Amino acid sequence: MNFFSTAPAARRSPEGQPPASAIWQALALWLAPLAFLIIFFFVPLGSILSVSARGLITDGLSPAAAERLGRALGFTFYQAALSTLLTVLVGLPGAYVFARFDFPAKRLLRLLSTLPFILPTVVVAAAFNALIGPRGWFNLLAMEWLNLPAPPFNLLNSLAAILLAHVFYNTTIILRVVGSAWEQLDPRLEAAARVLGASPWRAFREVTLPLLRPSLLAAALLVFLFDFTSFGVILLLGGARYATLEVEIYIQALHLLNLPLAGLLSLVQLLCTLLLTVVYTRVASRLNIPLTPRLHGEGAAAPVSLRQKLLVGGVVLVLFTLLVLPLTALAARSVARLEPARGQRGGFESGLTLDYYRELFVNRRGSLFYVPPIEAARNSLLYAGLTVGISLALGLPAAAALSRRSPLNRLLDPLLMLPLGASAVTLGLGFILTFNRPPLEARSFPLLIPIAHSLVAFPFVVRTLTPVLNSIPLNLRQAAAVLGASPLRVWLEVDLPILARAALVAAIFSFTISLGEFGATSFLARPEYPTLPVAIFRFISQPGGLNYGQALAMSTLLLLVCGLGIALLERVRLPEERSL
Amino acid sequence: MLTVENIHKHYEGKPLLRGVSFEVGAGETVCLLGASGSGKSTLLRIIAGLEEAESGRVLWEGHDLRGVPVHERRFGLMFQDYALFPHRSVAQNVAFGLRMQNLPPAQIEQRVQEVLRRVNLNQFADRRVTDLSGGEQQRVALARALAPRPRLLMLDEPLGALDRALREELGQFLREVLHESGVPAIYVTHDQEEAFMIADRLILLHEGRVAQDGSPSRVVQQPASVWVARFLGLTNLLPGRVVNRQPLTVQTEIGVFCPVDCAEPPALNEAVTLLIRPGGLTGASADEQFNTFTAEVRDVIFRGEGYRLTLASGGHNLSFHVPQALPAGWQGRLAVQPEALWCLRQGEHNGDD
Repeated sequence: MNFFSTAPAARRSPEGQPPASAIWQALALWLAPLAFLIIFFFVPLGSILSVSARGLITDGLSPAAAERLGRALGFTFYQAALSTLLTVLVGLPGAYVFARFDFPAKRLLRLLSTLPFILPTVVVAAAFNALIGPRGWFNLLAMEWLNLPAPPFNLLNSLAAILLAHVFYNTTIILRVVGSAWEQLDPRLEAAARVLGASPWRAFREVTLPLLRPSLLAAALLVFLFDFTSFGVILLLGGARYATLEVEIYIQALHLLNLPLAGLLSLVQLLCTLLLTVVYTRVASRLNIPLTPRLHGEGAAAPVSLRQKLLVGGVVLVLFTLLVLPLTALAARSVARLEPARGQRGGFESGLTLDYYRELFVNRRGSLFYVPPIEAARNSLLYAGLTVGISLALGLPAAAALSRRSPLNRLLDPLLMLPLGASAVTLGLGFILTFNRPPLEARSFPLLIPIAHSLVAFPFVVRTLTPVLNSIPLNLRQAAAVLGASPLRVWLEVDLPILARAALVAAIFSFTISLGEFGATSFLARPEYPTLPVAIFRFISQPGGLNYGQALAMSTLLLLVCGLGIALLERVRLPEERSL
Repeated sequence: MLTVENIHKHYEGKPLLRGVSFEVGAGETVCLLGASGSGKSTLLRIIAGLEEAESGRVLWEGHDLRGVPVHERRFGLMFQDYALFPHRSVAQNVAFGLRMQNLPPAQIEQRVQEVLRRVNLNQFADRRVTDLSGGEQQRVALARALAPRPRLLMLDEPLGALDRALREELGQFLREVLHESGVPAIYVTHDQEEAFMIADRLILLHEGRVAQDGSPSRVVQQPASVWVARFLGLTNLLPGRVVNRQPLTVQTEIGVFCPVDCAEPPALNEAVTLLIRPGGLTGASADEQFNTFTAEVRDVIFRGEGYRLTLASGGHNLSFHVPQALPAGWQGRLAVQPEALWCLRQGEHNGDD
């Protein structure tokens, strides 16, 4: 373990140019992460490229395929643009309220708004299903009260459901990015405009909005990117009619077995996300407007006027409803029997029940390929544990290498972040195209699932660890050395305690990413070894109240584990995050 | 022109302003002087309409400004740290208030040029404000505040962010510009030197009230309270008792002083505080009955134009400016001139903050 040996010379030589030995050291650190990326990311990407190219050369692009591609691409852009617009409309007043007001629920709401970051798409889809689905609260209560024979609202399998879930997911991004920019914005600038004769609206338009524009643009682009690559939400809430690129890849590859078309779709998707990422990086790099420093804690105050109170109250209500209602609906629905039991006609047998949880331990079908759902939980935990191990083992040396100033970094840093640009579905497709021979046969080599999860988690792990490693001042280590600590002791006494918290944060991140990962897993999981998200998807798309209840029960369990993760993250927050 | 009446305001549950009243006349520059946290800036924000007072009124030429929104008051406010719009150039910052009045572009252009020339920044019109030095930013802020010809100009610690040398220079400049423009101004500062340089009139704020309101020379010569004296750096304060009213004679622990000047004569035997201004020290002749004391020289500091003596007398430390030094350790009798004496009708104990 000499990643962290910190000979000052390796950091920076007097001329500012690292010596040759430093480059070799950096290269050694890079070796394992780079090999991993090449084998499990670039080779599968190459497979997709060659399969789709071969398909294009031998068969060409049929008009039907071209039409499907065009429709998927068009719909992907359309729903992403619409979702982004809605998210901005919901998030902007929230960002303002968070930046400028102190109110009682602020801390709680801020904590709640971190939930979507970590919640698996299947859980969110199940939550909205429990709220607005045919067996959800809205419909059941309406049927009960109005004595209707069938669910009156058909909200599921609609664009509205997709948009709602996207707003749920991404409002946080607007709140965070725009909210913190707004908080940084000196309120005196707006006051100055007012004194100079600008009405409140004009001061907002001429001063506040132009200053927020870069952060607003960056946040909106990020939201657009997430909406663009959304998979689980669309598959579970949109139904068959709404196919984005991601869903189309999934259908082509797994249902229609048209791998060349799936590959082509993947390439289009990858191109689009890369383009969006480049634009986003450009915008984000201009985010820092130089502002005159301002006194601390001056911006936020309790709402005073009636209008301010109404605004704050309204925003708090909307955000609470948006964030809490679906999740509460999910948990409550998983313990409520609100419909006729199996084989029973008429007569609601309503009440609390733990049946759905009990059923998790039973294999109803008695089929070889169907295991008791609780097995899925066991698989998920096992994979998540392996993912933590793999992503940290690769992330630590990569972060250590990045924190040294080496000319290699400029080359390798973007390379490292590439898996972020590729969607999980693309990853899954790449895996089944590449690893189709023993011993690395996708469907018989279960380790491929945690490997895929590690690829998704890897950029997050590196991004969490690097700034912390960078933040350890050199003179801290030098002080320890002068006080008589050997290099090993320096690492143990200085680096390790500081790094430990960051490593824990990274571990929780990769654990929850793995638990919730659905896109790649849906390609790789064998029927008899499902993960929780795969099992939830399987149960929720089957008829019957029991299957539905079990899906909700599993979703609730997953929700609880993720909630636990959030609580843990909150406890071990890194120092520089404290201000958020 | 401006009348501020009995303003009350709490900040974070504590009383900040507790009945502040004053007036500003035409063409007058008034300095609000007080320690940091005394509510000076809040008072400006209330006058500007950015904050609301809990009670009290702000009147302009007799009209109550309650309900008049900030942007319709036509007051100028120069913020501490200036609050220049970072996304606009120097000229665009200065033009902002003119644009809000919907003036024709040619007229705006002309006025911007004019004001920028006045603050010696006509070469800087197209620069980004973030590229300017502190002193340049301060002049842009002044130009921006003056450009729309406000009815009243308020300046919140305009020199606070600058270093010593620049303060002197820009303070002088501010004084010229203010007098020349003839606009009534309220100038907020915690620095008395600055206030003396700028002000036609001083208003001292203490514990949420006006502690004294008067010309700078009057405030220094005849401070209204022990706090004012201390705030202005007058530290030779001795507890005493009135032993004769005509002429006013005050007995202290170090001697009897007579005649003593006072704003209004105190009662016989009243406990008072005697102020000895630092310029009034002379040598004592042996037969003098009043205004003498024995002292030991504790410290002598050369101050360029003379010396500062620190004396110990009867358990009190007194400090004086003298043209010629006495050696440290010197002991003997000294006298003060009667003009240097001022009686404060307030015992030392209840004058402390």
